[in-house]
Amino acid sequence: MPPSVVLVTGVSRWLGGALAAELAADPSIERVIGVDTVPPAPAVLRRLGRTEFVRADIRNPLIGKVIAAASVDTVVHMNISSTPAGSGGRGPMKELNVIGTMQLLAACQRAPSVRRFVLKSTSAVYGASSRDPAVFTEAMQARRVPAGGFAKDSLDIEGYVRAFQRRRPEVKVAVLRFTNFIGPRIDSLLTGFFRMPVVPTALGYDARVQLLHEDDALAVLARATTGDFVGTANVGGEGTLLLSQAIRRLGRVEVPLPSPALGSVGRLSRRFGFVDYSPEQMRFLNFGRVVDTTVLRTEFGYTPRYTTEAALTDYARTVPPVVSPRLVESVTARVRDVVERLGDTADAVGERLRPAPPAPGLRAVRDA
Amino acid sequence: MPEARVIPLRPADDEPYVPAPTPPGWEAQLAGGLDFLRRRLTGEYETDEFGFDPDLTDHVLLPLLRPLFHKWFRVDSHGLENVPSTGGALVVANHSGTIPIDSLMTTVALHDQHPARRRLRLLGADPVFDMPFVGTMSRKIGTTLACNEDAERLLTAGELVGVFPEGFKGIGKPFRERYTLQRFGRGGFVTAALRTGVPIVPCAIVGAEEIYPMIGNAKTAARVLGLPYFPITPTFPLLGPLGMVPLPSKWLIAFGEPIETASYGPGAAEDPMLVFNLTDQVRETIQHSLYQLLLQRRSVFG
Repeated sequence: MPPSVVLVTGVSRWLGGALAAELAADPSIERVIGVDTVPPAPAVLRRLGRTEFVRADIRNPLIGKVIAAASVDTVVHMNISSTPAGSGGRGPMKELNVIGTMQLLAACQRAPSVRRFVLKSTSAVYGASSRDPAVFTEAMQARRVPAGGFAKDSLDIEGYVRAFQRRRPEVKVAVLRFTNFIGPRIDSLLTGFFRMPVVPTALGYDARVQLLHEDDALAVLARATTGDFVGTANVGGEGTLLLSQAIRRLGRVEVPLPSPALGSVGRLSRRFGFVDYSPEQMRFLNFGRVVDTTVLRTEFGYTPRYTTEAALTDYARTVPPVVSPRLVESVTARVRDVVERLGDTADAVGERLRPAPPAPGLRAVRDA
Repeated sequence: MPEARVIPLRPADDEPYVPAPTPPGWEAQLAGGLDFLRRRLTGEYETDEFGFDPDLTDHVLLPLLRPLFHKWFRVDSHGLENVPSTGGALVVANHSGTIPIDSLMTTVALHDQHPARRRLRLLGADPVFDMPFVGTMSRKIGTTLACNEDAERLLTAGELVGVFPEGFKGIGKPFRERYTLQRFGRGGFVTAALRTGVPIVPCAIVGAEEIYPMIGNAKTAARVLGLPYFPITPTFPLLGPLGMVPLPSKWLIAFGEPIETASYGPGAAEDPMLVFNLTDQVRETIQHSLYQLLLQRRSVFG
């Protein structure tokens, strides 16, 4: 049964706005309500179409009134912040993530109209450590439980959502654990990271990175909202890249720094709101993380259109390379030309100095 | 006038003249090197979900190991026909030598001398991946964490997986205990083989014990440095960095007859008694084969 009234939290960000716009374009959905603490940017607002925007803080019990008044039947919770920079520090970030989710779930529990709950979670819940298996399936748990930051918040949020499911068993809950987003339009942790011309990484470590294109992320969220998938699914593109490899493909310059130095660079860059290098982010940059997407492809029924590689290529269109691959190609081609010319000269000289051995001697001719 | 006859210069049953294949000239090598450099700089190579980088392995890591394999340790490999050419299999070997060079030499043996040029995907303990450089390089050469999830994933994908169940106990044992197998883990490797139904190929490696004869273990230094052990050999740390040069012992690597596990069925992994028995069987086979190889070897450096 398709939803008739959908509430999307975190609609002012790119992905939330795009989902609301997509849902608003579906005539079978009666109303789409977008909630966020800040009004969406004019560009997002234009695309939102018939989405009704409610400026509300999910940390405030007001959200319950919105849900009850509009008799919302499907809630898509996307208002989870991954960086302290965007929400004004770690304190407010945690409050928005954890307390906000608790308030939202409390409101949903009270509202009998709610039938479906979709959570945009993250594969960061698996942590990142040297003891990790190479590929995580949904049934596995973090080997080293994330101690703080976004990953810890996400773990807590998933816990509250499970508790909600226990209390309201008739509500269908879908938890989507996304890998790192990438794409020309989305603003994610890695897009900011890869936009720097010089990318500091941890010396002696190289993470395995699995990416998800923004279009696939959007399609999965839309399908989860209108479909009937229940349970937890990892969402990521096919294939992986090494962090160093991704940096090279984008034509960035990698600067490996010893971990302690990287920590201070991280603090510095965070102060300027540049790029987040939190300790958990550092662990991710050391070890990386890959998830198994069999559940997504079979049970959920969606195969991402972009592989990790293709998603990165699509993103690369928007970031002019510092070291252009064409430059590398022309330089190596020129060096090869020089080498070939040198080789020819050397061969010519060699032949003159030392004549080639005669062809193998003719053997006795047998009469035919 | 008699008709002109065409007389073949070479009788028809003679083998056609084939010029001996010339090794690639320095230009071709340099061009290949440049191409490799271009690929590395632009990131145009493939890596898999375990972090394995075949491009780097084939063009840098294996060529670096080959002189060690051929010239330094003069490795002789036997029984390569026991390693299946296709499909998953689990190579189980003894572990020794203070630094796990034996795993790398087995990788070279299987890649260069097996007719199917099989890649050995090693399983390493988690301290390996904690170490900077070592951990990354291990992943790039195809190693992944020794856990059932990874082993089963690789075996299901039809890869040849190499495991050293003795782990750090094996490589960090004193010299006087050479060629005596330590405890074979908890039999995790047998469970992985049973669940995926792949054969277990026992492998005995002789020679690795003598490369760094560990006569002592500086436990305090090990604790301070956070290492599982801190080796003292006749040359290390006495001669400093020179002591890190391994002794050129003669190596023999023998692959034994595969022990098939498919007939037990995947449910057999839940039977601890069977797992223990199989573990013991593999252990006994390797120990027996070690003694035989030791008899074959004329001298340590011979």
